Amino acid sequence: MTELATHSGFTSESFSAFLETRNEPSWVSDLRKKAWESYESLEMPHRRLEEWRRTDLRPLRLNRYGFALEKTAEVQPEEALLSLGVELGGQVGSVDSFPQSSFLEEKYQEQGVLFGSLSEILNTHGDLLKPYFLQLVNTDYDKFSALHAAGWSGGAVLYVPKGVKVDLPLHMWSAISAGGVDFSHTLVILESGAEATLMAETLGRGNDPGLHCGGVELFVGEKAKLRYVNLQNWGMGTFHFAHQKARVEKKAQLQWTIGALGARLAKVNQHVELTGEESQAQVNGVMFTEDKQHLAYHTLQHHRAENAISDLLYKSALQDKSHLVWRGMIKVDSVAQKTNGYQRNDNLMLSNHARTDSIPGLEIEADDVICTHGATTGKVEEEQIVYAQSRGLTKKEATRMIVAGFFQQIFDRITIESVKEALAEAIGRRIREYV
Amino acid sequence: MTETLKICDLHVSVEGKPILKGVNLTLNRGEVHALMGPNGSGKSTLGLALMGHPRYEVTSGSVELNGEDLLEMEVHERARAGLFMAFQRPMSIPGVKMADFLRHASTNVRNPDRKEGEDLIPMREFRKELKSKMDQLKMDTQFARRYVNEGFSGGEMKRAEILQLAMLRPKFAILDETDSGLDADAVRLASTSIAEIGGAEMGILIITHHERLLEHNRPDYTHVMLGGRIVETGGAELAAELHKEGYGRIRHEHPEAAAENESMEEETTASS
Ligand SMILES: Nc1ncnc2c1ncn2[C@@H]1O[C@H](COP(=O)(O)OP(=O)(O)OP(=O)(O)O)[C@@H](O)[C@H]1O
Ligand SMILES: [Mg+2]
Repeated sequence: MTELATHSGFTSESFSAFLETRNEPSWVSDLRKKAWESYESLEMPHRRLEEWRRTDLRPLRLNRYGFALEKTAEVQPEEALLSLGVELGGQVGSVDSFPQSSFLEEKYQEQGVLFGSLSEILNTHGDLLKPYFLQLVNTDYDKFSALHAAGWSGGAVLYVPKGVKVDLPLHMWSAISAGGVDFSHTLVILESGAEATLMAETLGRGNDPGLHCGGVELFVGEKAKLRYVNLQNWGMGTFHFAHQKARVEKKAQLQWTIGALGARLAKVNQHVELTGEESQAQVNGVMFTEDKQHLAYHTLQHHRAENAISDLLYKSALQDKSHLVWRGMIKVDSVAQKTNGYQRNDNLMLSNHARTDSIPGLEIEADDVICTHGATTGKVEEEQIVYAQSRGLTKKEATRMIVAGFFQQIFDRITIESVKEALAEAIGRRIREYV
Repeated sequence: MTETLKICDLHVSVEGKPILKGVNLTLNRGEVHALMGPNGSGKSTLGLALMGHPRYEVTSGSVELNGEDLLEMEVHERARAGLFMAFQRPMSIPGVKMADFLRHASTNVRNPDRKEGEDLIPMREFRKELKSKMDQLKMDTQFARRYVNEGFSGGEMKRAEILQLAMLRPKFAILDETDSGLDADAVRLASTSIAEIGGAEMGILIITHHERLLEHNRPDYTHVMLGGRIVETGGAELAAELHKEGYGRIRHEHPEAAAENESMEEETTASS
């Protein structure tokens, strides 16, 4: 039995104690205090709210966790999947929201790139980050966004100045101890014409409890190109709440790949705002759930300028009694003529007891747009398995192959080889014999 | 010693409904047998039951492959033991390339003890072999990059089945209407290719409504199935007769089986 860290819950006392430990610019503490007020005034989400109707929060015991006050016992993190065998340009890690050693290739440092722990860079480059930090996500959205804004710690900043291209991928990982918390915040700023690839992942194992309450902000400047991957791979006892938002400026391109394998319960708001004309966002979601996992994804593609393209494809396979919710929305403002918006969610049921709720939505105020959406739910057909078996494949091998085939369409879109391989491998390992 | 697939008094039910009512057939390696019979008489059922399809329940009888109990084996074990079936309706597997599928299949069949995750046939070697087989079958190599049966035309599917037969080189092959959906030229090609692949190597059971596939695979025996039983066995001339004259004489001489065949068909029509 692993020893659980003791926590005081999220109270005004513990918040004050937490503030004491922080050594940061006053504008940063002010943001925290404001968010804490919101947290206290907001109600705990419940199932009478449309957004939470399908997500039961009762198993969550918030008072068993607490702010990241002190570094807990040393944790030997699980091996990262995304960076395996990849030459990295930099790496940032954290355990229980406390920064671990990090590095950034000198050639990038020389060009003014910043990549490291958020707390550190807020201290050294506060003025640079101020116009961005916590300005994109709506911290008052719900109790979890407010709690994150009040209690964030750890996390990473990637700043790439105008025109600079970071050609090697950067890697970010976070791990938690049993009963630990991860409140990391990710802030990515690509100035105009900049390019970078950032792969982020959470590392977990077993069924130990844990809490992630995170935030991601991606600023993709004019003509910039960002490939961002975040893989949620916590252990099966972790609760995962995240508010993630990208802003894509004129002619900029974003490829955002979300992977979800872990967590007992996850509720994620993924929001892409196409602010500039001719901006493009491709969103890829790869999910595999099992046991009694419950993962809920609420996506928003918000078109605020003309001629922008957004293309979302979420694919999930569900095993056992797991439950997946996807609620997608394409919102097109009246100014956003010639929008091309697409959203699709395909589900593959590997068990008769799994469940999906797949709810696409459109809200269109412009009149000259193309917006399409679709959702499918299918299962692995016994006939397919028998067919493959008749060619000498075992049932399990056949199932794995069929599931891999299901995800192929999305792997074809992901342009980072190591990410495809890691996801395919991780999913393959999880598939049990299909009955 | 000759290798044999020996079917004795085989009874098979689907969803509790008896379909095969005592089938006897012995297929030696090196022989060609034609299996004919009207729609719904149980030909595909025999093939699928031999392959081990879980929906086809063997209620009594036995099947031995070279003395080993075939019915005890799982589907993949039967394939690895040297049994192959070209499906009347092959399944598509979206997202899985024909080449990858065949590489797994060939490796497994050639190394029956292989565990999942163990080495596959080296890529280079496999590609070379696949290409030569595809050339032989006059198939565009592009075909290997397509997803298994996904969006294939009827004819393409059947040709893909023949390609699999060529790659897997089984001891015994059941070809279930591998000629249907093929144009005249393709049937001729299929007929010669099967002969080339099989030669004296395989025992082949050809299920067909036509004669063309038999052109280069002259049957040593022709069996007629009616109402879930093999009611008559003859030589190549029987296939020719049935093709020309139809099943009138057979039905007339086997009124009981004919009635059963009809009632099976009626039930199907009624329930669908
Ligand atoms: N999976 C199944 N589910 C329900 N009924 C089945 C199934 N498979 C076969 N049958 C029934 O068993 C009987 C025999 O079917 P089978 O497919 O073996 O005939 P066949 O001789 O191959 O006919 P055809 O020449 O039309 O291919 C039919 O009445 C059919 O409806
Ligand atoms: Mg048939």
